[in-house]
Amino acid sequence: MGTGTDFINTRVDMFGYYLDLAWRSLRHHQVLAALMVLAIALGIGASVTMLAVLHNLSGNPLPGRSGVLFHPQVDPRPAKLSGADVEPPDDLTYIDAVNLYQLGIAPRRAVMSSNWLPVRADAPDSPLAMYTDRATTADFFAMFGVPFLYGAAWSAQDDASHAQVVVLSRAMNQKLFGGGNSVGRTLVIATKTFRVAGVIDDWNPQPRFYDVNGGAFGKPEQMYLPFFAWLDLPQDYGYGPMNCWGNDPNAGTHDPRVQQCTWAQFWVQLDTPAQAADYRAALVQYSAQQHQLGRFQRDPDVRLRGLLDWLDYKRVIPVTVRMQTWIAFGVLLICLVNTVGLMVAKFLRKSGEIGVRRALGASRRDVFAQCLIEAGVVGLAGGLLGLPLAWLGLWMVRQQPVSFAASAHFDPSMLGVALLLAVLSSLLAGVWPAWRASRVAPALQVKSL
Amino acid sequence: MQIKPVLVALKKHRLATLLIALEIALACAVLCNAVFMIASRLSAMQLVSGVDESSLGFIQLGGFDPKSAHDLNARVVAGLGAIPGVQAVRVINSVPFGPAAGAFGVTLDQAGKQFRGVPELYLGAPGTPEALGLKLVAGRMPGAEDYQTVLEGYLPANSNVLVTRVFAEHLWPGEDALGKTFWTGRNQFRVIGVVAQLSVQQYDEEGERGAQWTVFVPVQPGPQLAGTYLVRADPRELDRVMVDARTALAKIAPDAVVDHQQSDTLPALRTRFFQADRALTGMLVGVIVSLLGVTALGIVGLASFWVAQRRKQIGIRRAIGATRGDILRYFQTENFLIVTFGIALGMLLAFVLNALLMKFYELPHLPLYYLPLGAIALWVLGQLAVLGPALRAARVPPVVATRTA
Repeated sequence: MGTGTDFINTRVDMFGYYLDLAWRSLRHHQVLAALMVLAIALGIGASVTMLAVLHNLSGNPLPGRSGVLFHPQVDPRPAKLSGADVEPPDDLTYIDAVNLYQLGIAPRRAVMSSNWLPVRADAPDSPLAMYTDRATTADFFAMFGVPFLYGAAWSAQDDASHAQVVVLSRAMNQKLFGGGNSVGRTLVIATKTFRVAGVIDDWNPQPRFYDVNGGAFGKPEQMYLPFFAWLDLPQDYGYGPMNCWGNDPNAGTHDPRVQQCTWAQFWVQLDTPAQAADYRAALVQYSAQQHQLGRFQRDPDVRLRGLLDWLDYKRVIPVTVRMQTWIAFGVLLICLVNTVGLMVAKFLRKSGEIGVRRALGASRRDVFAQCLIEAGVVGLAGGLLGLPLAWLGLWMVRQQPVSFAASAHFDPSMLGVALLLAVLSSLLAGVWPAWRASRVAPALQVKSL
Repeated sequence: MQIKPVLVALKKHRLATLLIALEIALACAVLCNAVFMIASRLSAMQLVSGVDESSLGFIQLGGFDPKSAHDLNARVVAGLGAIPGVQAVRVINSVPFGPAAGAFGVTLDQAGKQFRGVPELYLGAPGTPEALGLKLVAGRMPGAEDYQTVLEGYLPANSNVLVTRVFAEHLWPGEDALGKTFWTGRNQFRVIGVVAQLSVQQYDEEGERGAQWTVFVPVQPGPQLAGTYLVRADPRELDRVMVDARTALAKIAPDAVVDHQQSDTLPALRTRFFQADRALTGMLVGVIVSLLGVTALGIVGLASFWVAQRRKQIGIRRAIGATRGDILRYFQTENFLIVTFGIALGMLLAFVLNALLMKFYELPHLPLYYLPLGAIALWVLGQLAVLGPALRAARVPPVVATRTA
């Protein structure tokens, strides 16, 4: 064994030998081994379940586009408002929404809100049903990369002319028109007739970043209407969640155009950092101008968060999920402490065997490595058993009555995470017991045999 | 049983002892906090609505033209009232566990200086308090003259209202609320009666609004109050009545859409409202069971190991006169000592964990009596887990002493 290759071969051989030893040792102490594997499997099952949920909830809703999407905010609130948040409101008032929409310096922009409206197919005696809708402007579809099955988005011209056109979701098209190409057909929405301009494919970015008012993990809207035509609808079904200030609590419930209520979401696409800087300057300038006009009482206070920053700021991950993740890792920790205790017991039980190996020339490092490999094997077995447990855990999360239930699915990347976590944590648990085992004095043990 | 020899023996296995004690400490900390959270969920689920839940159902319609509100209300009240078994149909804005229908900031003065929080308002047509089954504790129920027609906005300019005992005490601590007035914007309320309880629609424990911060405002139905109905029936017939009602509405009100999500019996709405609490409770029970299971398995594993390791010593002790009971008690004492170390450390950890939970998740303080309860649970668990290995140890025959290991 003079050359480097031989040395490596020997190492590889020894690794195989240690694996074999570990396997024999575990089979020899089946009950202890089973307890350790079970404990690690339980800890891994619990923590991987919550990691998978967390991973799915904190994903990027629009990979590839999230870098150029921004959420502008201005502060139209009165100078003195007791108990008010220091941050500007999330949504815009009608006036600011329209002004910023007409600012036109962003390559794309969309103003939006949501409610639900009574709809019936344009045929006598067809039943009336409520559908959720998103009222927005033409750029919404191109800006967010919404895929179309049939037809296309309406145009900016349609927005300007208050055209009564509608874009349907795939599910609503299925329900009303049996799933065929319904472009050009008509619907009665809140007593007015709308023409179908397009049908989109399944599209539901999670978290639903563009409007987190009703929680960020809900179902997508069933139809999309031009914002200004939607405002013309004669009946009052609310204008999305409204946030009002001032003395009159009734303000805004019937008139969305009042000054003191925010309810419209607004997004812009800015392709370069320079555009973003220009846009931010424009927001400041707009606020200053509104201040001069007397509309804004506060000094310009604007925000222009990128999509991911916005999700971060809104802390969209539900508190219960974060708490359950902590609990799951607490379970893993306790399972690991349990494993450490069992491993100490197990390795010390083998003191005689280790003494013989040491007497025959194994170094402390060799004994340490052997014990650690045994720990790793336990971890791998625990990880493999933990996977079905995690799968079961995710199934249980899906049974919960929570909005994010649908996002509790098993991601293939979690497979690797589970095994890695299992092996790493069991190695960590094995370090101290292995170190103890490697301190066994050869002579004493051999004598006692 | 002497403790000293046990302690001396444990000193030889400091590390394993420490680890088991640590595991018990962690289990103690999690157990106390998890049980506390379960207890607080269970008590939240006991929320008293103050209405005859088992006799009541709620119907919500949408999609109708507000101009036809009067006509719709008349048709629905008459139509649903004709269903066999229905005792009353009243127009009401919402019910406990129903949709949030209106919360208003109130002040004690017209100028709006003395702000006293944001209660929820119940608006109901004549006969609603009686149909709900509200219990009057002072004053009187609204009479026919108190139900006013609302001409503009949502509320009458001056109304005679009912408040709950809790909300009356919040507005005027220690005083008689009857005849007193409070305001929301330009609308004035005068208290004519105090009811025992009437809970808010969607109680949020983390919000500032108390569970019983409600005001009942008597009004005549109209465009501002339409499409939402209270149905009262005999509890045994309620489920059937609500099914019939939903079917009948297709004929009674073809111009409106029944909101099937919200239109249900109050017991069903209540069950749905507490669904998340039940799910959380179930998860915490699962956590507790698996934690205690792992801890017990750890104790079994280590105790078995020690018994096997000490076979020879046990044999020697038996040979020189120790009884089986002595051996059994030795292992039981050993386990008791380890668990006691664990519990001592665990109580500290329980408070640290509770402090963290209070900081990040606005949980209340862990009451002290949870600690002895957790301690007893872990002592029992430890003794049960060690019993098997200890009995095995007690069965080691004295003759083992004469053999070499």
